[in-house]
Amino acid sequence: MKELSVNHLIGIKHINKNDIDLIFETADHFKEVINRPIKKVPSLRDITIANIFFENSTRTKLSFELAQKRLSADVISFSAAQSSVKKGETLIDTVNNILSMKVDMVVMRHSSPGAAHFLSQNVKASIVNAGDGAHEHPTQALLDSYTIREKLGDVSGKKIVIVGDILHSRVALSNIFALQMQGAEVKVCGPKTLIPKYIESLGVKVEPNLRTALEWADVANMLRVQNERLDVNYFPSTREYAQQYGVTKELLNSLDKEVVIMHPGPINRGVEITSDVADSQQSVILNQVENGVAVRMAVIYLLASKIKQ
Amino acid sequence: MSQKILLTAKEVNIILHRLACQLIENHLDFSNTILIGIQPRGKHLAERLAAILKEDYKIKDVQLGFLDITFFRDDFRRGEKPLEANRTEINFIVEDKKVVFIDDVLYTGRSIRAALTAIQSFGRPSEIELLTLIDRRFSRHLPIQPDYRGRQVDAINNEKVVVKWIENDGEDLVLLEQKK
Repeated sequence: MKELSVNHLIGIKHINKNDIDLIFETADHFKEVINRPIKKVPSLRDITIANIFFENSTRTKLSFELAQKRLSADVISFSAAQSSVKKGETLIDTVNNILSMKVDMVVMRHSSPGAAHFLSQNVKASIVNAGDGAHEHPTQALLDSYTIREKLGDVSGKKIVIVGDILHSRVALSNIFALQMQGAEVKVCGPKTLIPKYIESLGVKVEPNLRTALEWADVANMLRVQNERLDVNYFPSTREYAQQYGVTKELLNSLDKEVVIMHPGPINRGVEITSDVADSQQSVILNQVENGVAVRMAVIYLLASKIKQ
Repeated sequence: MSQKILLTAKEVNIILHRLACQLIENHLDFSNTILIGIQPRGKHLAERLAAILKEDYKIKDVQLGFLDITFFRDDFRRGEKPLEANRTEINFIVEDKKVVFIDDVLYTGRSIRAALTAIQSFGRPSEIELLTLIDRRFSRHLPIQPDYRGRQVDAINNEKVVVKWIENDGEDLVLLEQKK
Protein backbone atom coordinates (compact mmCIF):
# COMPACT_ATOMS: atom_id res chain seq x y z
CA MET A 1 0.00 0.00 0.00
CA LYS A 2 1.38 3.37 -0.98
CA GLU A 3 1.06 6.85 0.44
CA LEU A 4 2.61 10.26 -0.11
CA SER A 5 5.88 11.06 1.65
CA VAL A 6 4.58 14.49 2.69
CA ASN A 7 1.61 15.88 4.64
CA HIS A 8 1.46 19.13 2.67
CA LEU A 9 1.98 19.94 -1.00
CA ILE A 10 4.21 23.01 -0.75
CA GLY A 11 6.26 22.51 -3.88
CA ILE A 12 7.56 19.90 -6.29
CA LYS A 13 10.94 20.34 -4.61
CA HIS A 14 9.53 18.76 -1.42
CA ILE A 15 8.19 15.57 -3.05
CA ASN A 16 9.86 12.70 -4.90
CA LYS A 17 9.40 10.59 -8.01
CA ASN A 18 7.35 7.94 -6.16
CA ASP A 19 4.95 10.64 -4.99
CA ILE A 20 4.51 11.87 -8.58
CA ASP A 21 3.88 8.30 -9.81
CA LEU A 22 1.32 7.72 -7.05
CA ILE A 23 -0.45 11.00 -7.83
CA PHE A 24 -0.63 10.08 -11.53
CA GLU A 25 -1.92 6.55 -10.87
CA THR A 26 -4.60 7.97 -8.59
CA ALA A 27 -5.43 10.68 -11.13
CA ASP A 28 -6.02 7.96 -13.76
CA HIS A 29 -8.80 6.58 -11.56
CA PHE A 30 -10.30 10.02 -10.99
CA LYS A 31 -10.18 10.82 -14.70
CA GLU A 32 -12.40 7.77 -15.22
CA VAL A 33 -14.68 9.01 -12.42
CA ILE A 34 -15.13 12.50 -13.91
CA ASN A 35 -16.16 10.99 -17.23
CA ARG A 36 -19.01 8.98 -15.66
CA PRO A 37 -22.64 10.04 -15.96
CA ILE A 38 -22.46 10.89 -12.24
CA LYS A 39 -19.06 12.43 -11.70
CA LYS A 40 -18.81 12.24 -7.97
CA VAL A 41 -17.47 9.92 -5.26
CA PRO A 42 -18.23 10.15 -1.54
CA SER A 43 -14.67 9.64 -0.21
CA LEU A 44 -14.17 13.01 1.50
CA ARG A 45 -17.61 13.40 3.08
CA ASP A 46 -16.11 14.25 6.45
CA ILE A 47 -13.37 16.61 5.22
CA THR A 48 -13.73 20.39 5.09
CA ILE A 49 -11.45 22.41 2.84
CA ALA A 50 -10.86 26.17 2.74
CA ASN A 51 -9.69 27.78 -0.48
CA ILE A 52 -7.93 31.00 0.40
CA PHE A 53 -6.91 33.12 -2.54
CA PHE A 54 -4.94 36.27 -1.76
CA GLU A 55 -4.29 36.67 -5.48
CA ASN A 56 -6.66 36.60 -8.42
CA SER A 57 -7.39 33.30 -10.08
CA THR A 58 -10.17 31.86 -12.19
CA ARG A 59 -8.98 28.56 -13.54
CA THR A 60 -7.02 27.28 -10.55
CA LYS A 61 -9.71 28.26 -8.06
CA LEU A 62 -12.52 26.71 -10.11
CA SER A 63 -10.46 23.60 -10.76
CA PHE A 64 -9.68 23.12 -7.05
CA GLU A 65 -13.30 23.76 -6.06
CA LEU A 66 -14.59 21.31 -8.63
CA ALA A 67 -12.05 18.68 -7.59
CA GLN A 68 -13.11 19.07 -3.95
CA LYS A 69 -16.79 18.88 -4.79
CA ARG A 70 -16.30 15.80 -6.97
CA LEU A 71 -14.77 14.17 -3.87
CA SER A 72 -17.77 15.27 -1.75
CA ALA A 73 -15.72 17.51 0.55
CA ASP A 74 -17.31 20.55 2.16
CA VAL A 75 -15.79 23.65 0.62
CA ILE A 76 -15.48 27.26 1.73
CA SER A 77 -13.85 29.72 -0.61
CA PHE A 78 -12.60 33.12 0.17
CA SER A 79 -10.93 35.90 -1.76
CA ALA A 80 -8.71 38.38 0.00
CA ALA A 81 -10.39 41.32 -1.68
CA GLN A 82 -13.52 40.90 0.46
CA SER A 83 -11.80 39.85 3.67
CA SER A 84 -10.44 41.17 6.94
CA VAL A 85 -6.95 40.96 5.46
CA LYS A 86 -7.76 44.40 4.13
CA LYS A 87 -8.35 45.46 7.73
CA GLY A 88 -4.83 44.43 8.72
CA GLU A 89 -5.26 40.89 10.00
CA THR A 90 -2.12 38.72 9.82
CA LEU A 91 -1.94 35.58 7.68
CA ILE A 92 -1.70 33.21 10.67
CA ASP A 93 -4.62 34.92 12.41
CA THR A 94 -6.77 34.75 9.29
CA VAL A 95 -6.05 31.07 8.78
CA ASN A 96 -6.38 30.12 12.45
CA ASN A 97 -9.76 31.80 12.56
CA ILE A 98 -10.83 29.71 9.60
CA LEU A 99 -9.38 26.56 11.17
CA SER A 100 -11.27 27.08 14.41
CA MET A 101 -14.37 26.46 12.31
CA LYS A 102 -13.03 22.87 11.99
CA VAL A 103 -11.34 22.98 8.61
CA ASP A 104 -8.99 20.09 7.74
CA MET A 105 -7.20 21.38 4.67
CA VAL A 106 -6.23 24.76 3.27
CA VAL A 107 -5.57 25.49 -0.39
CA MET A 108 -3.81 28.83 -0.61
CA ARG A 109 -2.57 31.22 -3.25
CA HIS A 110 -0.45 34.10 -2.03
CA SER A 111 1.77 36.73 -3.64
CA SER A 112 4.69 36.07 -1.25
CA PRO A 113 7.09 33.23 -2.04
CA GLY A 114 7.21 30.82 0.91
CA ALA A 115 3.75 31.74 2.23
CA ALA A 116 2.52 28.14 1.96
CA HIS A 117 5.61 26.78 3.69
CA PHE A 118 5.27 29.38 6.45
CA LEU A 119 1.65 28.40 6.97
CA SER A 120 2.45 24.67 7.10
CA GLN A 121 4.89 25.36 9.94
CA ASN A 122 2.44 27.47 11.94
CA VAL A 123 -1.06 26.05 11.64
CA LYS A 124 -2.62 22.62 12.13
CA ALA A 125 -4.01 21.67 8.73
CA SER A 126 -2.85 20.12 5.47
CA ILE A 127 -1.64 22.89 3.18
CA VAL A 128 -1.81 22.80 -0.60
CA ASN A 129 0.12 25.53 -2.37
CA ALA A 130 -1.91 26.95 -5.26
CA GLY A 131 0.87 29.37 -6.15
CA ASP A 132 3.15 31.44 -3.95
CA GLY A 133 4.59 34.49 -5.72
CA ALA A 134 7.30 33.58 -8.21
CA HIS A 135 8.19 30.42 -6.25
CA GLU A 136 6.11 27.32 -7.02
CA HIS A 137 2.75 26.21 -8.40
CA PRO A 138 3.01 22.45 -7.87
CA THR A 139 -0.41 21.30 -9.05
CA GLN A 140 0.07 23.14 -12.36
CA ALA A 141 3.39 21.34 -12.92
CA LEU A 142 1.79 18.01 -12.03
CA LEU A 143 -1.07 18.48 -14.47
CA ASP A 144 1.38 19.60 -17.18
CA SER A 145 3.47 16.45 -16.72
CA TYR A 146 0.32 14.33 -16.54
CA THR A 147 -0.82 15.80 -19.86
CA ILE A 148 2.58 15.10 -21.46
CA ARG A 149 2.44 11.52 -20.12
CA GLU A 150 -1.04 11.13 -21.58
CA LYS A 151 -0.11 12.60 -24.97
CA LEU A 152 3.37 11.07 -25.44
CA GLY A 153 3.15 7.97 -23.24
CA ASP A 154 5.96 8.94 -20.91
CA VAL A 155 7.75 12.02 -19.59
CA SER A 156 11.13 10.34 -19.24
CA GLY A 157 13.51 11.13 -22.09
CA LYS A 158 11.27 13.83 -23.58
CA LYS A 159 12.52 17.29 -24.50
CA ILE A 160 10.51 20.19 -23.18
CA VAL A 161 11.09 23.87 -23.84
CA ILE A 162 9.46 26.47 -21.61
CA VAL A 163 9.02 29.72 -23.51
CA GLY A 164 8.44 33.24 -22.22
CA ASP A 165 8.67 35.01 -18.89
CA ILE A 166 10.71 32.56 -16.83
CA LEU A 167 11.74 35.26 -14.35
CA HIS A 168 8.31 35.89 -12.85
CA SER A 169 6.94 32.40 -13.41
CA ARG A 170 6.17 29.92 -10.62
CA VAL A 171 4.82 27.59 -13.30
CA ALA A 172 8.26 27.48 -14.94
CA LEU A 173 10.10 26.65 -11.70
CA SER A 174 7.68 23.90 -10.63
CA ASN A 175 7.74 22.47 -14.14
CA ILE A 176 11.54 22.40 -14.22
CA PHE A 177 11.65 20.46 -10.93
CA ALA A 178 8.86 18.07 -11.94
CA LEU A 179 10.17 17.35 -15.45
CA GLN A 180 13.76 16.80 -14.36
CA MET A 181 12.61 14.50 -11.54
CA GLN A 182 10.87 12.35 -14.16
CA GLY A 183 13.91 12.23 -16.41
CA ALA A 184 12.98 14.81 -19.04
CA GLU A 185 15.34 17.36 -20.55
CA VAL A 186 14.37 21.00 -20.10
CA LYS A 187 15.37 24.17 -21.93
CA VAL A 188 14.06 27.66 -21.46
CA CYS A 189 13.60 30.23 -24.19
CA GLY A 190 12.76 33.92 -23.96
CA PRO A 191 14.14 37.46 -23.98
CA LYS A 192 17.30 37.62 -21.92
CA THR A 193 15.70 40.15 -19.59
CA LEU A 194 13.09 37.57 -18.57
CA ILE A 195 15.50 34.66 -17.98
CA PRO A 196 16.81 34.43 -14.38
CA LYS A 197 20.57 34.95 -14.18
CA TYR A 198 21.43 31.64 -12.49
CA ILE A 199 18.87 29.40 -14.19
CA GLU A 200 21.65 27.18 -15.62
CA SER A 201 22.54 26.10 -12.07
CA LEU A 202 19.28 24.09 -12.15
CA GLY A 203 20.62 22.09 -15.09
CA VAL A 204 18.50 23.99 -17.57
CA LYS A 205 19.94 25.25 -20.85
CA VAL A 206 18.98 28.64 -22.24
CA GLU A 207 18.08 28.83 -25.92
CA PRO A 208 17.56 32.41 -27.07
CA ASN A 209 16.15 31.50 -30.51
CA LEU A 210 12.57 30.20 -30.64
CA ARG A 211 12.95 28.33 -33.94
CA THR A 212 16.06 26.47 -32.75
CA ALA A 213 14.27 25.65 -29.49
CA LEU A 214 11.23 24.25 -31.30
CA GLU A 215 13.41 22.20 -33.67
CA TRP A 216 14.89 20.56 -30.57
CA ALA A 217 11.74 20.08 -28.53
CA ASP A 218 8.94 17.48 -28.29
CA VAL A 219 6.80 19.83 -26.23
CA ALA A 220 6.64 23.61 -25.98
CA ASN A 221 5.08 25.06 -22.86
CA MET A 222 4.17 28.65 -23.74
CA LEU A 223 3.96 30.91 -20.71
CA ARG A 224 1.80 33.96 -20.54
CA VAL A 225 3.37 37.40 -20.66
CA GLN A 226 2.39 38.55 -17.19
CA ASN A 227 1.88 42.22 -17.86
CA GLU A 228 0.72 42.81 -14.28
CA ARG A 229 4.07 41.63 -12.92
CA LEU A 230 6.27 43.55 -15.33
CA ASP A 231 7.31 46.50 -13.17
CA VAL A 232 9.76 47.88 -15.76
CA ASN A 233 10.02 47.40 -19.51
CA TYR A 234 11.62 44.00 -20.09
CA PHE A 235 11.10 44.15 -23.86
CA PRO A 236 10.49 47.07 -26.23
CA SER A 237 6.89 46.27 -27.19
CA THR A 238 4.30 43.50 -27.16
CA ARG A 239 4.47 43.48 -30.95
CA GLU A 240 8.21 42.85 -30.91
CA TYR A 241 7.78 40.12 -28.29
CA ALA A 242 5.17 38.41 -30.45
CA GLN A 243 7.47 38.54 -33.47
CA GLN A 244 10.43 37.04 -31.60
CA TYR A 245 8.78 34.64 -29.16
CA GLY A 246 5.23 34.11 -30.39
CA VAL A 247 4.39 30.74 -31.92
CA THR A 248 2.49 30.98 -35.20
CA LYS A 249 1.01 28.32 -37.48
CA GLU A 250 3.57 29.21 -40.17
CA LEU A 251 6.44 28.60 -37.78
CA LEU A 252 5.05 25.21 -36.69
CA ASN A 253 4.32 24.17 -40.28
CA SER A 254 7.88 24.95 -41.30
CA LEU A 255 9.24 22.40 -38.79
CA ASP A 256 9.59 18.81 -39.98
CA LYS A 257 7.81 17.40 -36.90
CA GLU A 258 4.82 18.01 -34.69
CA VAL A 259 5.57 19.82 -31.44
CA VAL A 260 2.95 19.51 -28.68
CA ILE A 261 1.82 22.99 -27.60
CA MET A 262 0.89 23.66 -23.99
CA HIS A 263 -0.18 26.80 -22.17
CA PRO A 264 -1.12 27.20 -18.50
CA GLY A 265 -3.65 29.91 -19.35
CA PRO A 266 -5.00 32.49 -19.53
CA ILE A 267 -3.85 32.97 -23.14
CA ASN A 268 -2.93 36.32 -24.62
CA ARG A 269 -4.04 35.39 -28.11
CA GLY A 270 -1.70 36.86 -30.70
CA VAL A 271 1.11 37.45 -28.21
CA GLU A 272 2.70 34.17 -27.02
CA ILE A 273 0.62 32.06 -29.40
CA THR A 274 -1.73 32.89 -32.23
CA SER A 275 -5.37 31.81 -32.21
CA ASP A 276 -4.95 29.19 -34.93
CA VAL A 277 -2.19 27.52 -32.90
CA ALA A 278 -4.19 27.61 -29.66
CA ASP A 279 -7.16 25.95 -31.35
CA SER A 280 -5.16 23.48 -33.46
CA GLN A 281 -4.80 19.70 -33.11
CA GLN A 282 -1.27 20.17 -31.80
CA SER A 283 -2.48 22.12 -28.80
CA VAL A 284 -3.39 20.25 -25.60
CA ILE A 285 -4.46 23.37 -23.71
CA LEU A 286 -7.98 22.15 -22.98
CA ASN A 287 -6.72 18.67 -22.05
CA GLN A 288 -4.56 20.42 -19.46
CA VAL A 289 -7.66 22.01 -17.95
CA GLU A 290 -9.55 18.69 -17.86
CA ASN A 291 -6.57 16.87 -16.37
CA GLY A 292 -6.22 19.65 -13.80
CA VAL A 293 -9.38 18.51 -12.05
CA ALA A 294 -8.31 14.84 -11.99
CA VAL A 295 -4.79 15.65 -10.76
CA ARG A 296 -6.09 17.98 -8.04
CA MET A 297 -8.59 15.31 -6.96
CA ALA A 298 -5.67 12.90 -6.61
CA VAL A 299 -3.56 15.36 -4.60
CA ILE A 300 -6.43 16.23 -2.25
CA TYR A 301 -7.50 12.59 -1.85
CA LEU A 302 -3.97 11.42 -1.06
CA LEU A 303 -3.32 14.25 1.41
CA ALA A 304 -6.72 13.77 3.06
CA SER A 305 -6.02 10.06 3.55
CA LYS A 306 -3.11 11.12 5.78
CA ILE A 307 -5.29 13.25 8.06
CA LYS A 308 -5.91 11.05 11.08
CA GLN A 309 -9.34 10.89 12.64
CA MET B 1 -0.28 -20.65 10.27
CA SER B 2 -2.48 -23.67 9.62
CA GLN B 3 -4.33 -24.18 6.35
CA LYS B 4 -7.32 -26.24 5.35
CA ILE B 5 -8.48 -26.80 1.77
CA LEU B 6 -12.11 -25.81 1.36
CA LEU B 7 -12.42 -26.33 -2.39
CA THR B 8 -10.12 -28.02 -4.87
CA ALA B 9 -9.76 -26.96 -8.51
CA LYS B 10 -12.24 -29.66 -9.56
CA GLU B 11 -14.81 -28.54 -7.01
CA VAL B 12 -14.38 -24.90 -8.01
CA ASN B 13 -15.05 -25.89 -11.61
CA ILE B 14 -18.21 -27.82 -10.73
CA ILE B 15 -19.49 -24.92 -8.64
CA LEU B 16 -18.78 -22.39 -11.42
CA HIS B 17 -20.86 -24.47 -13.83
CA ARG B 18 -23.71 -24.76 -11.31
CA LEU B 19 -23.64 -20.98 -10.70
CA ALA B 20 -23.65 -20.37 -14.47
CA CYS B 21 -26.72 -22.62 -14.83
CA GLN B 22 -28.49 -20.84 -11.98
CA LEU B 23 -27.80 -17.51 -13.68
CA ILE B 24 -29.26 -18.85 -16.95
CA GLU B 25 -32.35 -20.04 -15.06
CA ASN B 26 -33.09 -16.47 -14.01
CA HIS B 27 -31.67 -14.46 -16.90
CA LEU B 28 -32.22 -16.75 -19.94
CA ASP B 29 -30.45 -15.02 -22.86
CA PHE B 30 -28.88 -12.22 -20.77
CA SER B 31 -30.21 -9.58 -23.18
CA ASN B 32 -31.13 -7.28 -20.32
CA THR B 33 -28.51 -8.43 -17.82
CA ILE B 34 -25.11 -7.06 -16.90
CA LEU B 35 -22.48 -8.94 -14.92
CA ILE B 36 -20.35 -6.71 -12.70
CA GLY B 37 -17.18 -8.06 -11.08
CA ILE B 38 -16.28 -6.23 -7.89
CA GLN B 39 -12.60 -5.18 -8.01
CA PRO B 40 -10.11 -6.52 -7.28
CA ARG B 41 -11.00 -10.12 -6.33
CA GLY B 42 -14.36 -10.46 -8.06
CA LYS B 43 -12.82 -9.75 -11.46
CA HIS B 44 -11.49 -13.27 -12.09
CA LEU B 45 -14.70 -14.95 -10.94
CA ALA B 46 -16.77 -12.69 -13.22
CA GLU B 47 -14.47 -13.35 -16.19
CA ARG B 48 -14.63 -17.10 -15.56
CA LEU B 49 -18.42 -17.14 -15.35
CA ALA B 50 -18.74 -15.01 -18.50
CA ALA B 51 -16.42 -17.41 -20.36
CA ILE B 52 -18.42 -20.47 -19.23
CA LEU B 53 -21.69 -18.81 -20.27
CA LYS B 54 -20.28 -18.00 -23.70
CA GLU B 55 -18.37 -21.17 -24.47
CA ASP B 56 -20.29 -23.95 -22.71
CA TYR B 57 -23.82 -22.57 -22.82
CA LYS B 58 -23.62 -20.59 -26.08
CA ILE B 59 -24.91 -17.31 -24.67
CA LYS B 60 -23.84 -14.83 -27.30
CA ASP B 61 -23.90 -11.47 -25.60
CA VAL B 62 -22.70 -11.44 -22.04
CA GLN B 63 -22.13 -7.86 -20.97
CA LEU B 64 -19.35 -7.72 -18.41
CA GLY B 65 -17.98 -4.81 -16.40
CA PHE B 66 -15.72 -4.26 -13.42
CA LEU B 67 -16.51 -1.91 -10.60
CA ASP B 68 -13.96 -0.42 -8.21
CA ILE B 69 -15.45 0.60 -4.88
CA THR B 70 -12.40 2.20 -3.23
CA PHE B 71 -13.76 5.75 -3.26
CA PHE B 72 -17.12 4.56 -1.91
CA ARG B 73 -15.84 2.60 1.09
CA ASP B 74 -16.86 3.59 4.59
CA ASP B 75 -13.42 3.07 6.15
CA PHE B 76 -11.52 5.91 4.43
CA ARG B 77 -9.00 7.33 6.98
CA ARG B 78 -10.08 4.72 9.54
CA GLY B 79 -7.61 1.94 8.78
CA GLU B 80 -3.89 1.82 9.34
CA LYS B 81 -3.10 1.64 5.64
CA PRO B 82 -4.23 3.88 2.80
CA LEU B 83 -6.76 2.43 0.37
CA GLU B 84 -5.53 1.53 -3.08
CA ALA B 85 -7.80 1.91 -6.08
CA ASN B 86 -8.32 -0.44 -9.03
CA ARG B 87 -9.64 0.11 -12.50
CA THR B 88 -13.35 0.52 -13.13
CA GLU B 89 -14.41 -0.65 -16.58
CA ILE B 90 -18.07 -0.04 -17.24
CA ASN B 91 -18.56 1.16 -20.76
CA PHE B 92 -22.33 1.13 -20.76
CA ILE B 93 -25.23 2.63 -18.85
CA VAL B 94 -26.91 0.30 -16.37
CA GLU B 95 -30.23 2.18 -16.50
CA ASP B 96 -33.14 -0.30 -16.34
CA LYS B 97 -30.83 -3.30 -16.59
CA LYS B 98 -30.64 -6.30 -14.29
CA VAL B 99 -27.25 -6.14 -12.60
CA VAL B 100 -25.51 -9.12 -11.00
CA PHE B 101 -22.68 -8.24 -8.61
CA ILE B 102 -19.98 -10.90 -8.54
CA ASP B 103 -17.44 -11.19 -5.73
CA ASP B 104 -15.30 -14.02 -4.41
CA VAL B 105 -16.03 -13.87 -0.67
CA LEU B 106 -18.99 -12.30 1.12
CA TYR B 107 -17.83 -11.42 4.63
CA THR B 108 -19.06 -8.29 6.46
CA GLY B 109 -21.16 -7.04 3.52
CA ARG B 110 -19.48 -3.63 3.58
CA SER B 111 -17.93 -3.98 0.11
CA ILE B 112 -21.34 -4.79 -1.33
CA ARG B 113 -22.84 -1.80 0.50
CA ALA B 114 -20.18 0.36 -1.18
CA ALA B 115 -20.85 -1.28 -4.55
CA LEU B 116 -24.58 -0.55 -4.24
CA THR B 117 -23.72 3.16 -3.91
CA ALA B 118 -20.99 3.10 -6.57
CA ILE B 119 -23.17 1.53 -9.27
CA GLN B 120 -25.58 4.46 -9.03
CA SER B 121 -22.97 6.58 -10.83
CA PHE B 122 -23.76 4.56 -13.94
CA GLY B 123 -27.55 4.81 -13.85
CA ARG B 124 -30.49 3.20 -12.04
CA PRO B 125 -30.57 -0.57 -12.50
CA SER B 126 -33.99 -2.22 -12.49
CA GLU B 127 -32.70 -4.78 -9.99
CA ILE B 128 -29.44 -5.91 -8.44
CA GLU B 129 -28.52 -9.47 -7.45
CA LEU B 130 -25.45 -10.80 -5.68
CA LEU B 131 -23.38 -13.85 -6.55
CA THR B 132 -20.50 -15.00 -4.34
CA LEU B 133 -18.26 -18.03 -4.50
CA ILE B 134 -17.87 -18.21 -0.71
CA ASP B 135 -20.47 -17.00 1.76
CA ARG B 136 -19.04 -16.66 5.27
CA ARG B 137 -21.90 -17.20 7.68
CA PHE B 138 -22.26 -15.44 11.03
CA SER B 139 -19.92 -12.59 10.08
CA ARG B 140 -22.22 -10.01 8.50
CA HIS B 141 -22.23 -6.39 9.71
CA LEU B 142 -25.06 -5.41 7.39
CA PRO B 143 -28.31 -7.02 6.22
CA ILE B 144 -26.92 -8.25 2.89
CA GLN B 145 -27.30 -11.84 1.63
CA PRO B 146 -26.27 -13.49 -1.66
CA ASP B 147 -28.80 -14.61 -4.30
CA TYR B 148 -26.36 -17.20 -5.68
CA ARG B 149 -23.74 -18.81 -3.50
CA GLY B 150 -21.02 -21.30 -4.32
CA ARG B 151 -20.32 -22.65 -0.85
CA GLN B 152 -21.35 -21.57 2.60
CA VAL B 153 -18.54 -21.55 5.14
CA ASP B 154 -18.54 -21.14 8.90
CA ALA B 155 -15.36 -19.28 9.73
CA ILE B 156 -14.55 -17.54 12.95
CA ASN B 157 -12.88 -14.18 13.16
CA ASN B 158 -9.24 -15.18 13.29
CA GLU B 159 -9.73 -17.37 10.24
CA LYS B 160 -9.40 -16.08 6.73
CA VAL B 161 -10.83 -17.45 3.49
CA VAL B 162 -8.32 -17.22 0.63
CA VAL B 163 -9.49 -17.70 -2.95
CA LYS B 164 -6.77 -18.42 -5.51
CA TRP B 165 -7.23 -18.21 -9.27
CA ILE B 166 -5.07 -19.64 -12.05
CA GLU B 167 -4.81 -16.15 -13.60
CA ASN B 168 -3.30 -14.71 -10.41
CA ASP B 169 -1.87 -17.48 -8.32
CA GLY B 170 -1.22 -20.34 -10.72
CA GLU B 171 -4.04 -22.61 -9.49
CA ASP B 172 -7.72 -22.61 -8.56
CA LEU B 173 -8.01 -23.25 -4.85
CA VAL B 174 -10.00 -22.09 -1.84
CA LEU B 175 -8.27 -22.24 1.53
CA LEU B 176 -9.21 -21.56 5.12
CA GLU B 177 -6.21 -20.04 6.90
CA GLN B 178 -5.92 -19.67 10.63
CA LYS B 179 -4.09 -16.54 11.77
CA LYS B 180 -1.97 -17.11 14.83
